[in-house]
Amino acid sequence: MPIKIQENDFDINAEIAALRKGDLRVGAVVTFLGTVRDMNDGSQVKAMTLEYYPGMTEKSLQEILDQAKARWEIYQTLVIHRVGPLLPEDQIVLVAVTSAHRGEAFAACEFIMDYLKTAAPFWKKEDTPSGARWVDARVTDEAAMARWK
Amino acid sequence: MKLELRFFASLREALGISQETIAIPDHVKTIADLRNYLIERGNPWDDVLADSKVLRCALNQQMVNANTSLQDGAEVAFFPPVTGG
Repeated sequence: MPIKIQENDFDINAEIAALRKGDLRVGAVVTFLGTVRDMNDGSQVKAMTLEYYPGMTEKSLQEILDQAKARWEIYQTLVIHRVGPLLPEDQIVLVAVTSAHRGEAFAACEFIMDYLKTAAPFWKKEDTPSGARWVDARVTDEAAMARWK
Repeated sequence: MKLELRFFASLREALGISQETIAIPDHVKTIADLRNYLIERGNPWDDVLADSKVLRCALNQQMVNANTSLQDGAEVAFFPPVTGG
């Protein structure tokens, strides 16, 4: 269950290939790829910087993956989250889940993303035409997580 | 009791500090007590940690609520609600 927090970009094809390599049980790979938009809350975003809590962030992601594994019949899980400076169009986050059938993998992938959005310590700071601002947490993210309780 | 404090994101910037080791008096027993104790330092602590601000807190890198008891030597982090993904 790899967890990677890194400044560098990643190759989604190489990551998926590594995740399912040699595992002949796998019949489904579901991925979520998050990317940087050039607009947020009605304002243009020129760039952003992601901060995290070294140590705690990795632990919280591991807990999220453990919960997903306990809940669904899935094989391998992967989370890559980039930190540091990012630009619109950049890849930010990749979640990948393998399983025998698509239903389990779809559900687990969505669960992992919903939990990551509300429980993993990452913070975005956006560079907008009117200056830099920290992004506010969204109520809709809390609602998305509450569905799984 | 000694604590290792950590501050992140907008709190880190507003306080101008990312970490600090402090010794706290005996009457500071919980996360809520600690927050109030830091607020008593005055500007900018009283504004940044004000009750009206929605904050998250972690004790030894686990998310906890305000009633959680402090432990000697613990790492206590304050930060805004998370916005990753």
